Amino acid sequence: MHEFGEAIGLAFGLVAGFDADLVEIVGLSLYVSLTATLIACLIGLPLGAILAVARFPGRNACLIVVNALMGLPPVVVGLIVYLHLSRAGPLGFLGLLYTPTAMIIAQTILIAPIVAALSRQVVEDLHTEYAEQFRSLCLSRTEAVQALLWDGRFALMTVALAGFGRAVAEVGAVMIVGGNIDHLTRVMTTAIALETSRGELPLALALGIVLMVIALGVNGLVHSLRMTATRFAYA
Amino acid sequence: MIKKGVLAAFLVSVAVTGGGAAAEGAIFVQSTTSTANSGLYDHLLPAFSERTGITVNVVAVGTGQAIKNAANCDGDVLLVHAKGAEEAFVAQGGGVERTDLMYNDFVIVGPDGDPAGVAGLSDAGTALTRIASSGALFASRGDDSGTHKKEIGLWAEAGVDPVAASGGWYRETGSGMGATLNAGIGMGAYVMTDRATWISFGNKQDYTVKVEGDPALFNQYGVILVSPDKCANVDAEAGQAFIDWLVSDAGQEAIASYSVEGQQLFFPNAPGHD
Repeated sequence: MHEFGEAIGLAFGLVAGFDADLVEIVGLSLYVSLTATLIACLIGLPLGAILAVARFPGRNACLIVVNALMGLPPVVVGLIVYLHLSRAGPLGFLGLLYTPTAMIIAQTILIAPIVAALSRQVVEDLHTEYAEQFRSLCLSRTEAVQALLWDGRFALMTVALAGFGRAVAEVGAVMIVGGNIDHLTRVMTTAIALETSRGELPLALALGIVLMVIALGVNGLVHSLRMTATRFAYA
Repeated sequence: MIKKGVLAAFLVSVAVTGGGAAAEGAIFVQSTTSTANSGLYDHLLPAFSERTGITVNVVAVGTGQAIKNAANCDGDVLLVHAKGAEEAFVAQGGGVERTDLMYNDFVIVGPDGDPAGVAGLSDAGTALTRIASSGALFASRGDDSGTHKKEIGLWAEAGVDPVAASGGWYRETGSGMGATLNAGIGMGAYVMTDRATWISFGNKQDYTVKVEGDPALFNQYGVILVSPDKCANVDAEAGQAFIDWLVSDAGQEAIASYSVEGQQLFFPNAPGHD
C-alpha cells in the first residue's frame, strides 16, 4: 500500500510545482465540464420544471424515460456522438470530432437528463406547496414555472453540482470523442486512464487526488455562494 | 422529445463554444498504443513540428480501432502494426500506400514463480503449448489489436485453441496493452506484449521477460496515408510530409535514438534504410 503515500507526495509535488501540463489539463477539464453543466442546465432546468407543472397524456412515460436516461452509460453516449461526428457520420462535415466541443456535446447529453430528472422532483415538491397560492394569484403556467425555478434556486444548485460531478468524473465518453490528444483534448480522467495503462499507478492516483481537490473546490465555491445568497435573501 | 433534446444539446454546444475544427496545419494520426504509451511520439513530434510547423495530434487506440477510425476518414495518417490488416485497408481503397517504418519484437512476460516453466525458451510455440497444458493463467488482449492478432496467429501455429478455455486459464481482457498488463500481473498470468510497452511500463512488480528471440515474435510497424480520394478532409500534403520525414534519414535516426532505461525501443527499417 506504499502507493498511497507515494501518490499523496506526488500530488503535492504536482500542485506545488504548478506543472504547466497539469494546469492545461485541469483547465480543459473545468472548461469542458463546466460548459457542459451550463448547457445541460439551460436545457434540463426548464424541461424539468415543465414536466413538474404540466399535465399531459404520456407524462408518466416521459418521467420514466427521463429518469432512466440518468443511467446512460458514458461510453454509449461517446459512441453515439462519435458515430454522428465522425467524418463518415451525418455531422462529419462540421469537423468537430477530436475537439473540446465534441467533448462538451457528449457530456451535455450525458448530464442533461440528470439535471432534468432531479429538477423535476425539486420543482414538483415546491409546486405541491404553492399550487393553491398560484391559483389565487391567477398565474399563467410560464409565470408559475419561472417563480418555482427562482424559489427553488438553492436546491437546484445542488442539482447542477450533481450534473457537474457526473461530467467531470466520466472518462468513457470524452475518451472516444476527444481521443485523449496531448495539448488538445486531454482532460483529468483520460490522463488518469493513460497513466494507469502505462503502469504509472502512483502518478495516476496523484492525478485522481488532484481531481478530487478540484471537485472539492468547485463545491466549496458554490456552497459559499449559496450561504452568501441565502443571507441576503432572508436578511 | 429525446431526439429534440440531443439536437438542442448539439446546437447549443456549437453555438456556445463557437464550433471546433483544429488549427490549420494540423494532422491527426490514428495510432497503435505502444508507440504513444512508450513515449516515442513525445521524442519524435517536437523535432518534426519545429521543422515544418505542422502540429501532429495522436489518437492512440488499438490497431483494430485505429484502422476502423481511419476507414471512417477520422485521421490523416495511420500508424499501426498488423501488416495483413494494413494491406487489406489499402486494397480496399482506405489508404494510399503502406510503407514499412520500424520494428521491434514481442515478448512473453511472466511472474517469478514461472508456473508453466517457460523461462529461457526462445520458441514461442513450445512456450504457449506448455502454458496451455500446465493450465497456468494467460491474459490476452482480446481486442482485435495488432498484438492480439499476432497472439492468435501464434496459438494457431502451436495447434492450441485457447478460446475454448476462455474464462478458465485463458483470460481475454478486451482492453489495451497497459490495462492487460495491469490485469495479468494482478492475477499472476503470462502476458504477451510488445517490448517497447514492456520496457517503459511502470508496474512490473515481480514480472520479467520469460520468452524472447523467436523470429515468429517479430513486430513490424507500418505507416499509411489515408486516401484523400476517399476522404476529402484528409490533408494529404501535411500527412505525406509527416510520412516522408519518418522514412527519411532524419526521421529514421530519430526513431533509432529513442531509448528508455538504456534500451532502444524501436528499430527503423523503412525501405532504403536497412
